[in-house]
Amino acid sequence: MTAQSYNFAYLNEQTKRMIRRAILKAVAIPGYQVPFASREMPMPYGWGTGGVQVTAAILTPDDTLKVIDQGADDTTNAVSIRKFFEKTAGVPTTERTGEASIIQTRHRIPEKALRDDQIIVFQVPIPEPLRFLEPRETETRKMHALEEYGVMHVKLYEDIARYGQIATTYAYPAKVGDRYVFDPSPIPKFDNPKLDDCPALQLFGAGREKRIYAVPPHTKVKSLDFEDHPFEVQRWDEPCAICGSRESFLDEIVTDDKGSRMFVCSDTDYCAERQRAGARP
Amino acid sequence: MYVAVKGGEKAIDAAHLLLAEERRGNAAIPAIGLEQISEQLTLAVDRVMNEGSLYDREWAALAIKQARGDMIEAIFLVRASRTTLSRFGYSEPLDTGAMRVKRRVSAAFKDIPGGQILGPTFDYTHRLLDFSLAGTAADPKAQTAPADSSDTPLPRVLDLLGNEGLIEQPSAPDAGPGDLTQDPLDFPAGRDLRLQNLARGDEGFLLALAYSTQRGYGRTHPFAGEIRIGMVEVSFTPEELGFAIVIGEIMVTECEMINQFKGSSGIPPQFTRGYGLGFGQCERKAMAMALVDRSLRAGELGEERVAPAQDEEFVLAHSDNVQATGFVEHLKLPHYVDFQSELVMLRRMRADILKGKREAAE
Repeated sequence: MTAQSYNFAYLNEQTKRMIRRAILKAVAIPGYQVPFASREMPMPYGWGTGGVQVTAAILTPDDTLKVIDQGADDTTNAVSIRKFFEKTAGVPTTERTGEASIIQTRHRIPEKALRDDQIIVFQVPIPEPLRFLEPRETETRKMHALEEYGVMHVKLYEDIARYGQIATTYAYPAKVGDRYVFDPSPIPKFDNPKLDDCPALQLFGAGREKRIYAVPPHTKVKSLDFEDHPFEVQRWDEPCAICGSRESFLDEIVTDDKGSRMFVCSDTDYCAERQRAGARP
Repeated sequence: MYVAVKGGEKAIDAAHLLLAEERRGNAAIPAIGLEQISEQLTLAVDRVMNEGSLYDREWAALAIKQARGDMIEAIFLVRASRTTLSRFGYSEPLDTGAMRVKRRVSAAFKDIPGGQILGPTFDYTHRLLDFSLAGTAADPKAQTAPADSSDTPLPRVLDLLGNEGLIEQPSAPDAGPGDLTQDPLDFPAGRDLRLQNLARGDEGFLLALAYSTQRGYGRTHPFAGEIRIGMVEVSFTPEELGFAIVIGEIMVTECEMINQFKGSSGIPPQFTRGYGLGFGQCERKAMAMALVDRSLRAGELGEERVAPAQDEEFVLAHSDNVQATGFVEHLKLPHYVDFQSELVMLRRMRADILKGKREAAE
């Protein structure tokens, strides 16, 4: 079989229709995990098969695609997924957040605010926010149905009792549209505020776990917290060593074996755009 | 000044070139052909067809070659290719009773109608390395084996018990079997979906689970009622014809286990069944599957569910090696952002505690 013998964006049309139906249901019930008949993809489970299937199902020839991993366009898995769509769909790709109509991401939301003509697709490893508190799917589905989220608050409270703070730093649970508690995928909690009232459609695909869920545009997303321990995000003591930003999520770069380190933007496009505009540390 | 890590794309291309070179190995040695793999590594091909869920010896052989002999990688290649194929429909149920039997044994009865047929089995070989196979010279002249298959259908051993009412009758789902490649698995799953899941499941995982039931983690007291291997016809009813036609023949291994009895106020005690079926010759897999199938029926048969092999969610959610290997190995992907988040928190926690200690000391 050659690349030519595959359908546009790899999946056959029957499969795309099935996925689109799941997406429509997900949009209609914000934060609810819709089961879908996830297919085997030519990349391994856990490496973005859910996101890839969602992207393949919504992609049109007029789209411009951006793929990031850890905020960067040039990490190996982002490169691999971008190449996959270049090969199977032939759509133009970009590294600039502002130019993309679809952004597939692993572990970050771009720093640049998204618009209402954009869709962001998250790759999700474990869609169930309650999974590490209750391993059984039959139980967690019941808990969602009954809106029984007490165990999650107990977990967060135990964190405070033990560590003096909520010890969840990524995949931080939030409530969507005042109803479903959801897992925003392993984005740092730094990115959680971007989920709220976002003009772009946010789609989440978990291939191995066979779930799709969504946060429709301008939907309320509230990170779980307590009145006396309000939700807060990570802050760094220093700015980005390349562009001087104090607003972005910073990666720590170890520069030698003597403990020297520097901090730089995890969002490479954001950092590059600031540099083009003349920003310096 | 620090320059952001670039070059992911170049690195990937270079890695692929290296992989191709390593796969080929020493170029002075002739490349292995697909016919050699499918003719001489038959059982490897059978396993890839089973867990890859596709009966195609040529694709399975190609996958083994491309995967450098890594079975799970080969299974993955077959799965990812089969998922793109169009579906014409479902075949009629296989009639394994009409099998042209190549091997057939029962551990429950000394003699059975049609007899015990050992067929090509490792069972009674001494596991001594045979150095006569080491050379690439022509194999020592093989003695012609006696006729090795029975063309007349052999009665099923479990039917002999069934005629006396000593074993439960197998039941079919009311709505026809489900298909977990077309619909997401939902719990509790019916026995049809459980069996489909087990048939695709990792041989090693099923083997370990089956073994655990023999060691007390959910005992089911099994007897290998019958294991049969041979060719069966595949029939398909095209919509435009309206009647079934034979479209081919495949080799399968079937295992029917006889397990400890169950009775109720209405029905006197009967033996219960465990069932295993797979492509090609896959006795270990089919037997393990039958043991796990029976264990998973614990709820239905009113047994207390205490062991992992009796836990449907546990077994079905973790049996697929393509899913398992993907998720375990995804830990190789960068997690810089999440790790950074943990670092920031841990440093802050430590600073708070040290500050508290200093203040207490002052």
